[in-house]
Amino acid sequence: MTLARATSVILAKELRTEFRSRQLLGTTAVFVLIVIVLFSFTFNPTSTESRRFGPGLLWLSFLFAGSLMLQSSFLREQTNDTLAALRLAPIEPFSIIAGKMAANFLFLLLVEVILLPVFAVLYNVAILPVLPQLLLVLATGTIGLAATGTVFSAVAAQARLRELLLPLLLLPVLAPVLIASTEATIGVLQDPSELSLVWLTFLACFDVVFLTAAWMVGEYLLEE
Amino acid sequence: MSTEAQTQPSIGPAISVPSVLLVFLLLAAASYGALIWAPTENTMGLVQRIFYFHVASAWSGFISFLLVFIGSVAYLRTRALKWDWLSVASAEVGVAFFTVVLVTGPIWAKPVWGIWWTWDARLTSSFLLWVLFVSYLVLRSLVEEPERRAIVSAVFGIFAALDIPLVYFSIWWFRTQHPQPVIGDGGKLDARMGWVLLLCWAATLGVMVVLIRLRYRLESLRSEVDALRMESARNTR
Amino acid sequence: MSTPHPTPPNGSAACGPGNGLRIQFSEIEKRYGMRLALRGISLEIAPGECVALVGHNGSGKTTLLKIVAQLTKPSRGNLAFYSAENSVSLEEVKSRVGMVGHNTLLYEEMSAEENLIFFAKLFGLANPADVSRQALQPVGLANRASDLVRTFSRGMRQRLSIARALLASPGLLLFDEAGTGLDPEGQHWLGTTIKRLRDSGCTILMSTHGRNETQEAVTRAIRLEQGKITHDSGAGGNPNEVLVMAAVRESGEEGGV
Repeated sequence: MTLARATSVILAKELRTEFRSRQLLGTTAVFVLIVIVLFSFTFNPTSTESRRFGPGLLWLSFLFAGSLMLQSSFLREQTNDTLAALRLAPIEPFSIIAGKMAANFLFLLLVEVILLPVFAVLYNVAILPVLPQLLLVLATGTIGLAATGTVFSAVAAQARLRELLLPLLLLPVLAPVLIASTEATIGVLQDPSELSLVWLTFLACFDVVFLTAAWMVGEYLLEE
Repeated sequence: MSTEAQTQPSIGPAISVPSVLLVFLLLAAASYGALIWAPTENTMGLVQRIFYFHVASAWSGFISFLLVFIGSVAYLRTRALKWDWLSVASAEVGVAFFTVVLVTGPIWAKPVWGIWWTWDARLTSSFLLWVLFVSYLVLRSLVEEPERRAIVSAVFGIFAALDIPLVYFSIWWFRTQHPQPVIGDGGKLDARMGWVLLLCWAATLGVMVVLIRLRYRLESLRSEVDALRMESARNTR
Repeated sequence: MSTPHPTPPNGSAACGPGNGLRIQFSEIEKRYGMRLALRGISLEIAPGECVALVGHNGSGKTTLLKIVAQLTKPSRGNLAFYSAENSVSLEEVKSRVGMVGHNTLLYEEMSAEENLIFFAKLFGLANPADVSRQALQPVGLANRASDLVRTFSRGMRQRLSIARALLASPGLLLFDEAGTGLDPEGQHWLGTTIKRLRDSGCTILMSTHGRNETQEAVTRAIRLEQGKITHDSGAGGNPNEVLVMAAVRESGEEGGV
């Protein structure tokens, strides 16, 4: 069974389970909404200020929401020890991680896309003219978030205080993503809009480095 | 399916008195050099002398974190617990060094620029590095089983170490785009200052080696005590 | 709760004939941190044997089964599998092993059928939907195919677990205290199922805690204590002596539990 095939089977299972209950997606979206609204109370949302602070707050709320939502990725597999069931199957251990990474990426991207119009309205930012560039930045940044977050979810699942531990581990490591994504988003939302190649390439590098690291050492996390 | 023999982990050698004396000597020489022998800097005056230990600590801190990376990779490949001991020892020593960096930075900044902290590139990066490896230590404290703890911290250690260049670049590029006063630089470096800096670095490296060896030995002894405790618990059942 | 069908297996709900695997353990040792869970285990299990592993909790039964299932690697020693005279690679073996643990290893929020289809796909089986439907029949869950596992009783979950283990027509079946939590009727069903599977050519390794219905199918008994083999009734021997002794020891030391 090839890595790609096993990954897609697991991805399909994750998607089906989540879309059946929609609990996690809904809760995460509401959480991001709350954070965005609360942040907007902390400064005067004039046009220029919004454009300066808004993107950073948006990404910060994505990171917070992500680090809460990603908990369940491996925690879920502790019920009935289904992780053992996955490891019994003749598949590469990394496909378990890869399938979950892909699922988490899609969930997070979906939440982000849903909240984008809300952000645009609350912070008076015009997103439609620059939507493709914005989505490109969102996607590249979210890959890093999903990849690292999924691996750390497997780490935290084996420790105590995991609700606090996952954000504690994830947020510092993702600081470069926060900086790069925020700057890139500010650039895109500027007038005239500018898509920073430096930041975009940097995000892509981040993604490649951590995806590779996950591929090389991730499976050790699944061992018994 | 056969794996490498899991040998009983070896206890590191005790620290030799001569090596500790040597480090003390180096430290004494470096302090003399920094505080007395090096010329006083024109613009910043006496407080600039703290720069020698500030920078030397940062360099030694980096090497400590590099050792965390090496230990983590080596553990995952060999499963010999001694690499885990090296990792935790290096992480703690690295955090100590970066604490020195974060404390000496503001001490230097306040008299010179009038502010305790600016979010300048080097200081911010140092802060983030410090946070990263404090998280590493927190993670370790939350996993009890030794082998599990070793695996889990090795993976996180590798990720944290890989993150370091990314942190530095992103913060540096951010600062180039949004420049502001820099704490780390300022003042010309004359030849004598260069020598003192190297001497300070040698001294901090010596301190690093001694501390890591001591901490490594502590960890290996702890491990042995745990094993004995488990053995006796089993025999009395 | 529907009663289990006493009908003989059909289609994929049995061990593949001629699939029996021979297992060879050479000086297997498993260390967790500083604790030795298994030491110096050398053993050979022939195809078609039904081996009972007995011993206290912590004697190493579960660890041994996990090593065979490749859920964990031995710290030392060699594990090899053979089919006929040819050695089988460890990866290949994975697709020929089925395990039933005392955790059900099932997804609560998916239906019985969905669980089986998912695992059928992971095992690379063609026509996962058909295989899954056929697998539900012999365990008597065909009429609960689209019900969520969350609604199942303990007995039904065990039956689904067994159906899952049999999906890929395995040559080796591992049971880790699979009878725990089953009522007498469920235990009886488990016993007859194991006997049936043995008769169809499977090699079976099961860990049990004490005397129960499942031990009627046993052809060999091995007792473990503190990670070592203390008694082995051997490939052609009578397992009952070891089983009785183990039961007496356990009830004696645990106050007749």
